[in-house]
Amino acid sequence: MTENHTALYGEHEKAGASFTDFGGWQMPLKYSSELAEHHAVRNAAGLFDLSHMGEVWVSGPDAAAFLDYALAGKLSAVAVGKAKYSLICNADGGIIDDLISYRRSDEKYLVVPNAGNAAKVAGLLAERASGFDVAVEDVSSETSLIAVQGPHAEAILLTLVPADQHSRVTELKYYAAVEVGITVKGTVQELLLARTGYTGEDGFEIYVPNAGAAALWQALLESGQAHGLIPAGLAARDSLRLEAGMPLYGNELSLDGHAYAAGLGPVVSLAKESDFIGKAALAAIKAAGDGATTGRRLVGLKGLGRRSARGHYPVLKDGAVIGEVTSGQPSPTLGYPVAMAYVDVAHAEVGTLLDVDLRGKAEPFEVVALPFYKRQK
Amino acid sequence: MSKVAPDLKYSAEHEWIAADGTSPTTVGVSAVAADALGDIVYVDLPEVGSAVTAGEPCGEIESTKSVSDLYAPVTGKVTEVNTAVVDDPALVNSDPYGAGWLFKVTVESEGPLLTAAEYAAANGGGL
Repeated sequence: MTENHTALYGEHEKAGASFTDFGGWQMPLKYSSELAEHHAVRNAAGLFDLSHMGEVWVSGPDAAAFLDYALAGKLSAVAVGKAKYSLICNADGGIIDDLISYRRSDEKYLVVPNAGNAAKVAGLLAERASGFDVAVEDVSSETSLIAVQGPHAEAILLTLVPADQHSRVTELKYYAAVEVGITVKGTVQELLLARTGYTGEDGFEIYVPNAGAAALWQALLESGQAHGLIPAGLAARDSLRLEAGMPLYGNELSLDGHAYAAGLGPVVSLAKESDFIGKAALAAIKAAGDGATTGRRLVGLKGLGRRSARGHYPVLKDGAVIGEVTSGQPSPTLGYPVAMAYVDVAHAEVGTLLDVDLRGKAEPFEVVALPFYKRQK
Repeated sequence: MSKVAPDLKYSAEHEWIAADGTSPTTVGVSAVAADALGDIVYVDLPEVGSAVTAGEPCGEIESTKSVSDLYAPVTGKVTEVNTAVVDDPALVNSDPYGAGWLFKVTVESEGPLLTAAEYAAANGGGL
């Protein structure tokens, strides 16, 4: 597999990162301590390189109608300036990827798929565009993405934004985006700034051409220092998203699963008038109650002991396998093991006591509501 | 800072013991292993009085990201466990050759162990 490097690879090396392969990319796993990075995001701020994510522009008179057809959500209903979390499904309702789409104008959307699926999603969008008056342009390879996440994210960002544009940032709502001037090395450049994230904290994601990525990274690190910002790697990103109950493609979401079992039913718009790929299958799945009254569905598990469940560990009820863990680890914020798992709907009620087979030894877990962690607003 | 302490012997599974032949000896895991595991949050140690066999699992070390078996570097009887490290597993990361020691064990026989230089070479570094 090709080992892609983001435009920030040199910055990570300088910062002493240890690297890991993720979706075909060499990405920073951690810089020093993943626990310290996790806590920094919860209490101050963390800086993430997300340049491995994809960026695909969809533009043209049919852009809204096309995305209504290509994705499970109703993208035509998204106001200009806002963003929507959605799924791209196959004809069987299987999940090809989860992604965020930003509506930038009546006829223009930026679609952001996951790293490992970016090329596939871009290709599928182009394929599904046949018959629509749209252009699909994959700009993943020339676009970097930097996230500032944590309670101090806004204050840090404002240090780089000209005073007369501060309100663009302070008034930016969650799941919205705006073009804003960001000062790097004395020069103000207009960049797309989104108030989105994958950590359960307030935070921003900034889209920047590769050529400007390193300078922006350095500027954010420098001005963030006084606010407690440190660079954070994928290990912290994973523990943060797990606490926030957010699914990870490949763990909780897959081609073999579907939105209803994953708790993402509200993301699927069966009500939209137009057809979309996967609609008939998803309607049938919903009617059959799979993930609701039959089959398995995704739940949160809280460990009652000290040992953690990990991906693929069997979930037991009275010794019988009734599910499988998709993600799990000790929660740095909460201090006890947390996990997500698909379990038989009969055992999916909050408060149900189950066991997880931890390498041959059954350890008690309790079904709890997701998310595990919710920030105080 | 070097990740390999010069005055110890090491197993291929990254446990260390004193190199001077004392019995009981102290057992810990190397800084190489501690770094690779990430932030250690839980250690499961053998019980005092239990017998351990060189090369066999005798406990677990769990980090935020993964869990690994702890292998006994020698065959013998456990005489003491480090309760401080059970209460604060981060000691394994911060001081793997000192306050982060794991247990003490009588040495009936040693498993295959590496010198510090051999262990450092096997793990891509010098002393």
